[in-house]
Amino acid sequence: MTIISRGFTGRRSGADAKLPPGQYLTTDFPVLSAGPTPRMSLDRWEFAIDDSRNILKRWDWKSFRELPTENFTVDLHCVTRWSKLATPWEGVPLDILLADVKTNFQYAMFHSYGDYTTNLPLKDVMNKQAWIAFKYNGADLEPEHGGPARLLVPHLYLWKSAKWVKGMTLMPHDKPGFWESAGYHIYGDPWKEQRYSEE
Amino acid sequence: MWRTATVVALRDETATARTLALAVRDWPGHVAGQHVDVRLTAPDGYSAVRSYSIASAPDSNGGIEITIERLPNGEVSPYLTQEVMVGDELELRGPIGGWFVWRSTQMEPIQLVAGGSGIVPLMAMLRSRGSASNSGPFRLLYSVREVAAAFYRDELAALSNQGDSMAITYAYTRVTPTGWPRPAGRIDGSLIASVTWPATLRPTTYVCGPTPFVEHAAELLIATGYDRERIKTERFGATGERK
Repeated sequence: MTIISRGFTGRRSGADAKLPPGQYLTTDFPVLSAGPTPRMSLDRWEFAIDDSRNILKRWDWKSFRELPTENFTVDLHCVTRWSKLATPWEGVPLDILLADVKTNFQYAMFHSYGDYTTNLPLKDVMNKQAWIAFKYNGADLEPEHGGPARLLVPHLYLWKSAKWVKGMTLMPHDKPGFWESAGYHIYGDPWKEQRYSEE
Repeated sequence: MWRTATVVALRDETATARTLALAVRDWPGHVAGQHVDVRLTAPDGYSAVRSYSIASAPDSNGGIEITIERLPNGEVSPYLTQEVMVGDELELRGPIGGWFVWRSTQMEPIQLVAGGSGIVPLMAMLRSRGSASNSGPFRLLYSVREVAAAFYRDELAALSNQGDSMAITYAYTRVTPTGWPRPAGRIDGSLIASVTWPATLRPTTYVCGPTPFVEHAAELLIATGYDRERIKTERFGATGERK
């Protein structure tokens, strides 16, 4: 049973209609990270795809930046309840990175500099749903927001969009990553409000 | 699962921050550092939810305390700090979070670094240490604008008089008390070097506060040799660099 909060009216706006349940709109860009911000130099940066036995693909910054890129504008939904609409990014679609990868595996664990991990079904990072982004609003992505490059999977809560991403390991079965092992949902669909593992 | 919490006491911490003591039905218990979601619902069904850190130590009677800083344009914090009365019921979910936590079995040196209302989850750690009779070495560096902006002043003063295993240092960013040895300003490398645990002790470190504060503090700690992987952070708000 819902408790009515005596004297509470709230501050609604028309934009809330576009938001997933339990989210509120913000115009600034909050930061959520579990530890210190890693500072990665571009000459040591790499992104690799492996299947835990072999490295299947690997790019250094130069070869990564020679890949075709897309400009895309998406809404972000953080599990801490802020949403930010129409954010402009540039990045390489995961479809391009996975184009020549042959696998029967259906899941991936993404890894970051700073040892963050997050798990995703492969079908959620293919078909124009995910990018490795390196520019935000026309400028190089700042370290606090995941620079030099971060994963973006905007249809899921933002913790799935690993900052400082350095690779992905293909997996035969789903396995929880960092936040997924610390009480957060294994999948994280904001429209179904899959915030915590109890749900 | 939403639980019913009854407000049993209110206490002002500063001119803009208030502690709500809550009795929560069927509260499963918590660990210091965890937070709760609080849901307010208007008569027409509109609801708003925000997360707040738990300030209190685990309590077997189902009591928790949250301290809320009133944000000038907030939707929920003005209600919780100005409208709520003893006896009101709120809806609450939690406890949430399994990373930014301190457990009373931890005996290694602990370094706490708080900026402003970032003290709240760290206060839960200090209180848990006391209630668990844990004698592990703790240090707190607490950065506030001025004396009047500090939460829990009397309780922190009492804690800092308990001996060598607990040291509490304030840093004032705008106004210092009269005769304070360090001029007002944000924390810097020499302050970190003189009041936090030496890196060689490999302390577990918890940093909580506004994003720019946490970024700055974590960089200073790493520069003095702290292990990146032993620093846990909790940030709130934006970088402040762009809208």
